[in-house]
Amino acid sequence: MALEIIETCVNCWACLPLCPSQAIYEAKPHFLIDANKCTECVGDYADPQCASICPIEGAIVNELNEPLNPPGSLTGIPPARWAKVQREISAR
Amino acid sequence: MNALPDDIRRRVENHPCYSEEAHHHFARMHAAVAPACNIQCHYCNRKYDCANESRPGVVSELLTPEQAVKKTLAVAAAIPQLSVLGIAGPGDPLANPERTFTTFRLLAEKAPDIKLCVSTNGLALPEHVEELARHNIDHVTITINCIDPDVGEQIYPWIFWKHKRIRGRAAAEILIEQQQKGLEMLVAKGILVKINSVMIPGVNDEHLKEVSKLVKAKGAFLHNVMPLIAEPEHGTFYGVMGQRSPTPAELKALQDACEGDMAMMRHCRQCRADAVGLLGEDRGAEFTLEKVEAMELTDEFLAEALVRRIALREKVAAEREAKKARAHAPQPLTSVITFHRPSKSAPAGRPASAGRPVLMAVAAKGGLIAEHFGHAREFLVYEVTGEGAKLVGLRKTELYCSGGDTCGEAVDVLGNTIQALAGCEVVLCAKIGFEPWGRLEAAGIQPNGEHPMEEIEPACVAVWHEMLKAGKLDAAAPERKCA
Repeated sequence: MALEIIETCVNCWACLPLCPSQAIYEAKPHFLIDANKCTECVGDYADPQCASICPIEGAIVNELNEPLNPPGSLTGIPPARWAKVQREISAR
Repeated sequence: MNALPDDIRRRVENHPCYSEEAHHHFARMHAAVAPACNIQCHYCNRKYDCANESRPGVVSELLTPEQAVKKTLAVAAAIPQLSVLGIAGPGDPLANPERTFTTFRLLAEKAPDIKLCVSTNGLALPEHVEELARHNIDHVTITINCIDPDVGEQIYPWIFWKHKRIRGRAAAEILIEQQQKGLEMLVAKGILVKINSVMIPGVNDEHLKEVSKLVKAKGAFLHNVMPLIAEPEHGTFYGVMGQRSPTPAELKALQDACEGDMAMMRHCRQCRADAVGLLGEDRGAEFTLEKVEAMELTDEFLAEALVRRIALREKVAAEREAKKARAHAPQPLTSVITFHRPSKSAPAGRPASAGRPVLMAVAAKGGLIAEHFGHAREFLVYEVTGEGAKLVGLRKTELYCSGGDTCGEAVDVLGNTIQALAGCEVVLCAKIGFEPWGRLEAAGIQPNGEHPMEEIEPACVAVWHEMLKAGKLDAAAPERKCA
């Protein structure tokens, strides 16, 4: 049982000091979670701490590769709206 | 800054962000040591880092405290005007307390003359007030956009609080409580507090008048109402959802309405979290991490730099004294005649100081009318009457983003500049070309190049009196033609 930080991480450091298991470490090109140490905060906190402060949707996933913060869940921007605006910008 | 009490004015007179007069003489820098944030604001996007963008929350390189201190010392040696190091992000300084306070501690050892400040969202402020006081931090800026959680939930989607992500109204309630508590605690410690507010039309614009009253009552010394910056390409909630920014006229109207309650700041540049130099002249590119790392800063070199900074401050202080003395000296006879002669065009019974206020844009450099029209990237806007000229705004003439693939193509730059000067009747500059002269006139803005290298306020007042004499101030301000 372990969470994983993937490439959309922006290296903002917010998660690192919060981990009760010291499983998060600075790495290039982005921060990583030591799968042997990660407990998903079970026994320490109600919610995994890294995923509770992470500002980037999709950057932290579980063992099934499911994002803990899916698209739209943090910014409030509906994914369809996001896609439409990106299309408009690239069509300029 | 005349609205400030003397004791506060003395404490901020060398701070470019707090004193309008100081921003012509002194420089600041922001050290990007604080990447983590504990809240999300709808005008911020933590993903983007574009060198062409100039807005808060954006940086190119994150620094360790040691790198930040070396960079600050290098800047302070190259730019003797440097008086302030601020930590403003790109996240929240107090969500990164160790990095923030280590930077302050190390810098205070090497350059004790540099003032330290932080700009925070306030969530973690109460628990850090003691430490801020211990580090001799004289000024703190809190961004307060609301005091009503119903407004707040439209601005903040979530906060991280006591090991949980809290959303909606409950999140706004906690944030507001912490901000107000932090403000009270800082004031009780004698630390100067400035309040920043982002004006978001239709969300908090009317509400900010109440905010201004409350923060003034609690002892904040200055309120800075800034316009929302939101473009789709910034990827922020407001940008993507099409929330509009206020027009310059809307911003000024709100600032004027708040001014009845407290001193307002009008010269804010909304800088990046890694800005360097005098306000409006970013020199960050000269001090990249790579360049700073290659520099050798010996103790001797740093000591000489300190001597240069102190000499410069003494020079500015002497100039200020001289200016004050001039202001109090009897006016020469000619100006008495020019300025106080009753206007012939004024109807009988109207006082000599008749005439309406006029907005004038100034291409300024170092506190003088010293910039060419075509080189100006920003204009200071003054509201001018027969009695004086008051800075009421700042207009940037370039888009916040200029260049890059996803950012708008080169458009009619002059047309944009004229658009940005909406509401101004005169533009004063050191020099101006033939083409812009004609187009400005056609748009109802009178170019004026007759006061190059002069001090701004007397020149504006002189132009106002010329307009009064020419009978231009009897009628209401002309409707602006389309640029």
